[in-house]
Amino acid sequence: MSLFSSRKTRVVDTDILVIGGGFGGCGATYESRYWGRNLKITLVEKANIERSGAVAHGLSAINCYMGMRWGENQPEDFVRYARGDLMGLVREDLIFDIARHVDSTVHKFEEWGLPIMLNPETGRYQREGKWQIMIHGESYKPIIAEAARKSASEVFNRIMVTHLLMDKTHPSRVAGAVGFSVRDRHFYVFRAKAVIVAAGGASHIFRPRSIGEGVGRTWYAPWSSASAYGLVLHAGARMIQMENRIVLARFKDGYGPVGAWFLLLKAYATNAYGVNYEAARLDEIKALVGHYAETTPIPTCLRNHAMLQEIKAGNGPIYMHTQEVLDSRAKEEIGWEDFLDMTVGQAVVWASQNIDPKEKPSELITSEPYVMGSHATCSGAWASGPEDCAPADYQWGYNRMTTVEGLFGAGDTIGGSAHKFSSGSFTEGRLAGKAAIRYVMDLKGEPPQVDETQIKLLEKTIFKPLENYAVGRNEIVAGSVAPSYLTPLQGLQRLEKLMDEYAGGISTFYVTSEPMLKRGLELLTLLREDLDHLGAEDIHQLQRAWELQHRVWTAEAVLRHTLYRQETRWPGYYYRGDFPKLDDGGWHVFTASQYDAKTGEWHMSKLPVHHIIA
Amino acid sequence: MPTYTYMTRCDGCGECVDICPSDIMHIDPIHRRSYNIEPNFCWECYACVKACPQHAIDVRGYADFAPLGARVRVRREEARGTISWKIRYRDGRLKEFTFPIRTTPWGSIKPPADYAPADADALVSPLLAHEPDALMVAALPMLPPLESEQVTP
Repeated sequence: MSLFSSRKTRVVDTDILVIGGGFGGCGATYESRYWGRNLKITLVEKANIERSGAVAHGLSAINCYMGMRWGENQPEDFVRYARGDLMGLVREDLIFDIARHVDSTVHKFEEWGLPIMLNPETGRYQREGKWQIMIHGESYKPIIAEAARKSASEVFNRIMVTHLLMDKTHPSRVAGAVGFSVRDRHFYVFRAKAVIVAAGGASHIFRPRSIGEGVGRTWYAPWSSASAYGLVLHAGARMIQMENRIVLARFKDGYGPVGAWFLLLKAYATNAYGVNYEAARLDEIKALVGHYAETTPIPTCLRNHAMLQEIKAGNGPIYMHTQEVLDSRAKEEIGWEDFLDMTVGQAVVWASQNIDPKEKPSELITSEPYVMGSHATCSGAWASGPEDCAPADYQWGYNRMTTVEGLFGAGDTIGGSAHKFSSGSFTEGRLAGKAAIRYVMDLKGEPPQVDETQIKLLEKTIFKPLENYAVGRNEIVAGSVAPSYLTPLQGLQRLEKLMDEYAGGISTFYVTSEPMLKRGLELLTLLREDLDHLGAEDIHQLQRAWELQHRVWTAEAVLRHTLYRQETRWPGYYYRGDFPKLDDGGWHVFTASQYDAKTGEWHMSKLPVHHIIA
Repeated sequence: MPTYTYMTRCDGCGECVDICPSDIMHIDPIHRRSYNIEPNFCWECYACVKACPQHAIDVRGYADFAPLGARVRVRREEARGTISWKIRYRDGRLKEFTFPIRTTPWGSIKPPADYAPADADALVSPLLAHEPDALMVAALPMLPPLESEQVTP
């Protein structure tokens, strides 16, 4: 009799399975229901959709809104902006598609009850910057979750999805997913006709700046555990731009947002001696990246680069001069709400260090790197584009379908389409949801069949860390040091250390090179082997174990893509010390990878970047 | 600023366990009250603090960078549609703010299935639900058909 014989297997049959109940997943669920009235739509989430995903905390702005009804911006302008910010390399078809639909999403949010600030003079939404609008967004996520709950046939909270299932008779087609509940502890098998992965990107792949208990204060949520990538790349989906990690310049330690300060309140940053270093370093940046340095606004990575050079030169701390702009109660409220809506921890930094932003400037710093597809970065799966405007080699089926049949994505999952943020991720979920409904309605012949042998094997693999612990724990008296297993936290720290030291983290000022990446890959291979020996003392630690697995699979893609791209495309995000300049001749392309789960091999290639908007 | 629970206020109801996005608020089996099992996986998102009916959960700034003595307290009132903050500095200064959180009653969102179903043509068009009306422009923007694919940026 097995040690864990009380465990049951719960099988759920559904037409559409949405994995991840953040903004992408909620959008996918809503839209699927709109078009698929009689279909079964299932949403599965590892936390509670009421407060899950990157917006669990709340947000103070919507960073993607065109304002077409007032003639403020057109989708083409947004494509140019995102392309410029990403140093030329984006999927313009995908970004155009989000931009042309995103206004309808935001208008729906307002109708549902999201308080959007209005400009008292124009009566329009209060702009933070050209693309951003200000909101009172503390309850942004619960509002959006309400819409998703009213759309799904069933919402399964607290289920950690670990693997996708492939069709028994058609191995490049998805057939569902498996995972376990951290509440009832049972094994869950979802059999689906189409799957939409809308899980999160990756924090905690690189060592954070904080230490000890403070490591929870990463910029991106600690629960963003790379499932967006781990799930789809292991199913054989082609991935792109996995080297395009993001580094954020934020208020130091608390990682409070800077957008409202820079754009709306017009605060400015200087080095410790009061010098506007960004302007002073423009010529130097031009020598690195050529005409990209002339992009307006100056790309996010290049702004980071200027800050890094200042800090290296001993000209830090870098300061945001909040005290120069908070000249009224209204502005003070905007400044504080910016934090209280989405990063309360920054308010605590101010209160605990006796910093009143009306009186004193606050330190800025660059964060540890993150891997994601929805901010000023675009790692993710290669997806089929919109039928009406994607170039021929960018479409092979339904909108937002990956290279795996029936497997769709949204939000952090989909690569090449930066600057989605909350509203764009929800919109991409809607696009994927509608396309998945069409796919299911078009399905001819036998629906996907799961492979019972594969499921049995996966069940054994998934729960093995519990057994490793139960057995190994008996060898030792007490404590966390055991010869036969690693705890998930110990494994995570090994991952963070090696990515930091070899793949361009904070300890090398984001510099890496071919020999460093190759050594990093050697160490990662050993870590991957050790993952068979993870020990989980309870079901919660089993969740941590599988989050770590997804992070490690993703980290391998990051290492391989970083090694493959022989240039420094985004100085300020990371540097290839052996190829310190941008090289448009060789590398004005997407880097692509495909993992073969059977052989364990990675196939790297280049994919063309088409510019469909002048 | 990881969370902690006051022994005398918590009644073990489990609202924090239910809401925590990181699954780190657990009920202590001996004391039957909640506590943060992994402060190093706490994002200080305040979801548990806001959800606690007893106001039993508070935060203490992360030990590695936040000096002791500050407090950021919150009261989220769904029925009123507001959230109120009280920020007490280490040196005793106080700041208070109240912001709106929702403009409509909770539970009032119209489910997508309550709208008239779209026709079969709409399913194969690029339009999403409620479009083009919800865009508030006459039509969904389209691009001219692709001719030359490679255009220099």
